Amino acid sequence: MSSKKANNVVKYNKWGYIFLAPFVIVYVVFQLIPLVWTIWNSFFENYRSGLVQIGPTFIGLENYITLFTNGDLITYTQNTIIMWLLGFVPQIIVSLLLGAWFSDTRLRLKFSGFFKTVIYLPNLIMASAFSMLFFTLFSDGGPINSILVQMGVFEEAYSFLSHTGSARGLIALMNFLMWFGNTTILLMAGMMGIDTSLFEAAEVDGATSTEVFFQITLPLLKPILIYVMITSLIGGLQMFDVPQILTNGTGDPMRSTMTLIMYLNKHLFSKNYGMAGALSVLLFIITGALSLLVYKFSDNKES
Amino acid sequence: MENNTSKGLGIHARRFIAYVVLIFITFLCLFWFWVLFVNATRSNSDLTRGFSPWFGDNLVANWTNLMAGTLPVFKGLINSLIISSLSAVLCTYFSSMTAYAIHAYDFKLKKFMFTFILMIMTIPTQVTALGFVQLVDTMKLDNSFIPLIVPAMAAPVTFFYMKQYMESTLPLAIVEAARIDGSGEFRTFNTIVLPMMKPAIAVQAIFTFVSSWNNYFTPALILTDEKKKTLPILIAQLRAADFLKFDMGQVYMMIAFSIFPVIIVYLLLSRFIVQGVALGSVKG
Repeated sequence: MSSKKANNVVKYNKWGYIFLAPFVIVYVVFQLIPLVWTIWNSFFENYRSGLVQIGPTFIGLENYITLFTNGDLITYTQNTIIMWLLGFVPQIIVSLLLGAWFSDTRLRLKFSGFFKTVIYLPNLIMASAFSMLFFTLFSDGGPINSILVQMGVFEEAYSFLSHTGSARGLIALMNFLMWFGNTTILLMAGMMGIDTSLFEAAEVDGATSTEVFFQITLPLLKPILIYVMITSLIGGLQMFDVPQILTNGTGDPMRSTMTLIMYLNKHLFSKNYGMAGALSVLLFIITGALSLLVYKFSDNKES
Repeated sequence: MENNTSKGLGIHARRFIAYVVLIFITFLCLFWFWVLFVNATRSNSDLTRGFSPWFGDNLVANWTNLMAGTLPVFKGLINSLIISSLSAVLCTYFSSMTAYAIHAYDFKLKKFMFTFILMIMTIPTQVTALGFVQLVDTMKLDNSFIPLIVPAMAAPVTFFYMKQYMESTLPLAIVEAARIDGSGEFRTFNTIVLPMMKPAIAVQAIFTFVSSWNNYFTPALILTDEKKKTLPILIAQLRAADFLKFDMGQVYMMIAFSIFPVIIVYLLLSRFIVQGVALGSVKG
């Protein structure tokens, strides 16, 4: 009887492989083979100079050396990190604040369903269309300038996209708007998971809500905060649609809004496959390492 | 009940501050879309005169001009719809299937596969884009929708969500009972497991649809034929064209056209979606 059952289990378990097959096949074909191909490409000189095709010839680590020494990489990494931080810092502050308010049972906010709906909305908007919208709204003859001039803030239209600060600021603002709702909901879920008896005890001890926030909520939220930060950084490194559309791919003014993926995209379109490969491998290593961190954290939380 | 909360700032003061901040943030989120909506109803000459917070009467004219213009907007909408819907269907079906494989069966590679899928979850597709483009060229699939739809079958994030959902809602006893009744494994999955997964499938279908609808990077590398382009590519084209010679009413109309379908769907299903995001995060 028992051996028959064991037999059955074995018989059924081959279905595990059958059901897993589509995922594995598609992953191997569309992700793993491209990855290997990408790495392979990074060791070859392969680009187009005018009408002349150069390579592909094997050049070892030459592409990587060029990548690290021609200075572009550092500039674009800096741009990406600065714009990510400009969006992320306000995002985490606002999300913590809203999360604390939404999950505070004493505050009993009305319409919280409505507010949650509103703050999550920008996350679903097509980033390229949102960016195009900002481009038109903030253009020299656009509505924002016309409002600001009417209000007397500026005497004449301010070219938001010709100044490094305001161009980066706009990109950060869009990233902030698109992601703070998502972060708020994640943090709120974490805050609701905190044992309420802790809050009750603090209340009995006479703690103010500020004290409760900094001494109970924040420390207990640390794992989720780190998770949010690393995933946001991975997302930030992928920043592309918004600056690409806003600046029409130029990264102007003075390449100050050019991100790493825009740089990659440039190489892909100009068919400089050697350099594109080296840059991809670098990004793969960085995001892979960050992903391992995320994995470690979610693993720790489970146990 | 109120009296023991009056240390620090009073509860009323705190509530007041919370509402003020929330209203400000609501304004910050909605203002842009309001202006977009208003401007899509105004004519070019009206728009150049400056900002006005109320509607014009040029909505229909902007629409007809856009449809009659050089950008294949309507075709773009259809292309986006095809790619996004098929991606959503394939992604949710096969992610459920993958999750079911890990959830319901015991096999040698199970733990390895689960760990592997979790580890690749956050690796972005951009880093393999180069190899992907070359593969697509080799397979002669450029300007085809296949390389934009089929990869959705292997979606680690959706898989993970489905797996979490199964753990909380799908007791293996049901699967066992179906076996005793003589149901084949494949049939069990299709007729018993999938219907039980409906709420999770709905949430993930929406997310997959939206992210595919919004995707710009990969389609821009694959689709170069004017008749195959999706909406985000057309938006980029609009941006790249000489801006000043455009009818701004049409430009706003085009942006509204790409944004508002998603907003409407979202408003209809928002409760569901916001809950879905929270659910996905409690994975711990």
